[in-house]
Amino acid sequence: MPEQLLFAMEVTLNGLMAGVLYALVALGFVLIFKASGIFNFAQGMLVVFAAMTLVGVQTGQIPFAHLINTIFGTKIHHFGWTVPTIIAIIVAGAAMVLVAWIIEKYILQHLIGQPDIILFMATIGMWYFMHGFAPLMWGSEVMKLDVGLAQGINETIDTTTYGWFGYGFFIDNLDIVAAIVAALLVTALVLFSQYTKQGRALRAVADDHSAALSVGISLRFIWVLVWSIAGFVALVAGIMWGSKSGVQISLAEVALKALPVLMLGGFTSIPGAIIGGLIIGVGEQLFEFAIGPLVGGATQAWFAYVLALVFLIFRPQGLFGEKIIERV
Amino acid sequence: MTTDMNADSYVTEDGRTIGPVVMDLKNITLRFGGVVAIKDISFNIREGEIRAIIGPNGAGKSSMLNVISGFYKPQEGEVWFRGSKRPQMKPYQVAQQGLARTFQNIALFEGMTVLDNIMTGRLNKMNANLFQQAIWKGKAEKEELENREACEKVIDFLEIQHIRKTPVGRLPYGLKKRVELARALAAEPSLLLLDEPMAGMNVEEKEDMSRFILDMNDEFGTTIALIEHDMGVVMDLSDRVVVMDYGKKIGDGTPDEVRNNQDVIDAYLGVSHD
Repeated sequence: MPEQLLFAMEVTLNGLMAGVLYALVALGFVLIFKASGIFNFAQGMLVVFAAMTLVGVQTGQIPFAHLINTIFGTKIHHFGWTVPTIIAIIVAGAAMVLVAWIIEKYILQHLIGQPDIILFMATIGMWYFMHGFAPLMWGSEVMKLDVGLAQGINETIDTTTYGWFGYGFFIDNLDIVAAIVAALLVTALVLFSQYTKQGRALRAVADDHSAALSVGISLRFIWVLVWSIAGFVALVAGIMWGSKSGVQISLAEVALKALPVLMLGGFTSIPGAIIGGLIIGVGEQLFEFAIGPLVGGATQAWFAYVLALVFLIFRPQGLFGEKIIERV
Repeated sequence: MTTDMNADSYVTEDGRTIGPVVMDLKNITLRFGGVVAIKDISFNIREGEIRAIIGPNGAGKSSMLNVISGFYKPQEGEVWFRGSKRPQMKPYQVAQQGLARTFQNIALFEGMTVLDNIMTGRLNKMNANLFQQAIWKGKAEKEELENREACEKVIDFLEIQHIRKTPVGRLPYGLKKRVELARALAAEPSLLLLDEPMAGMNVEEKEDMSRFILDMNDEFGTTIALIEHDMGVVMDLSDRVVVMDYGKKIGDGTPDEVRNNQDVIDAYLGVSHD
């Protein structure tokens, strides 16, 4: 088999894996957008905050240590214990539920019935608030996240492909784990929304607020629920991204990659977020591989956005978005 | 045969039993800023009856329905439900108390199938926790089956079997109205509020809808309060009628009484208001 083709295959596989991570972030956006029509700009910050909280709890860091030290002149920073990973994940998950509750109670409650743009602005506010709050709580150094996920080259794939083609594919174990976790997460979400009472209520709210009220569904409950789920998805995304590249505030910008994914997949479609993520992941890597050398490289920085722009022109609702039909 | 309509319960000419007062509205006043939508209105709804609210456009009928279903909060007045005063409630809490409603401009879950829409009407009848639902055993399974059965009964009753699995967004207007009614009926409400159930329908569809309303009342004993424009329909359907005009109550009684009420005649024929 020609070497170029083998390279391309390897690049495609790696693109798929990267796409899974994009999809995970995009999923958080879709959930909230579907249920409340809010485009949650702060989703990326939720990812960072979730990951930071996880590391902080796990390593026994004292929250607001810097603030406490400044006020009281103390020199504390750690409790001096470490928390088992699974418990740290549960605590971080609970923290995300708390965040969801606070957002609903102190922000969304006061903006009911406001135009979408106001709610969007509010989420930008949340972004900046958390941009300051997260480092205040956990410090601003790059945190190392290790929840015991396998990392490094997958030997089995390497040797197997070497046996087949005489060329070993480099696939990171972490990417494989991420793909499996994402698949499980999406399956769980779909089952939840299709077959449980709460899921049915969630879909009802996503569809029509008055109708949902008239059958006895509490909008507040559903909003807390959906922001909690989005927070939980953010936690999973945070674990994956954080394990790969460390946890720091700039991780939030990765979430902006979710925008082209959403434009591609449609803002209201869960499968859309997944497929969109995969397309962007693969497209980006293949483009860099094939065209990158011709234009001086670093095409990953812009390829996704240009692709999204093209999509906007020809299919503004995205691949899986609801078709926009206006009756006249 | 004469009937004493003020008695605790009485039997109508067609043999239905009308029970005690379910919903009692006392001196309701509702304002939007400076506009008075409802002005000091009192009336009641009795168990098992079909109660109509009629009046010209802008009379405040829909506002009244929204007060009853908790979507609007009146500035003055009290709402009594089943003998006790109702505290300030959110619409979903009112729904949980056993009030179901339909909307003038249809509010359905367009993306869901007809069956799923109707199932949402029974959300409040399901108590299995998430864990039970996840393993699909015991309570969850039993509940889902029971509720499904109840929905199928409603579907049969309203003759919409053929569209059970169709997404609501694809249905024509008349059928949407019927699905919305089905969803409300699936909740087995102790009081069913219908906001213009026949608006925009042709004669045949109106006849169907009238028949469903009468049958619902007759077979399930559902108490119904409805708003309707079509006078002919209202007079045929209802046991008692409230007439509103400019936010005030101008008539209340049996269709015959209301028909002969001079204020009502004026409001409908358009006598100048000074």
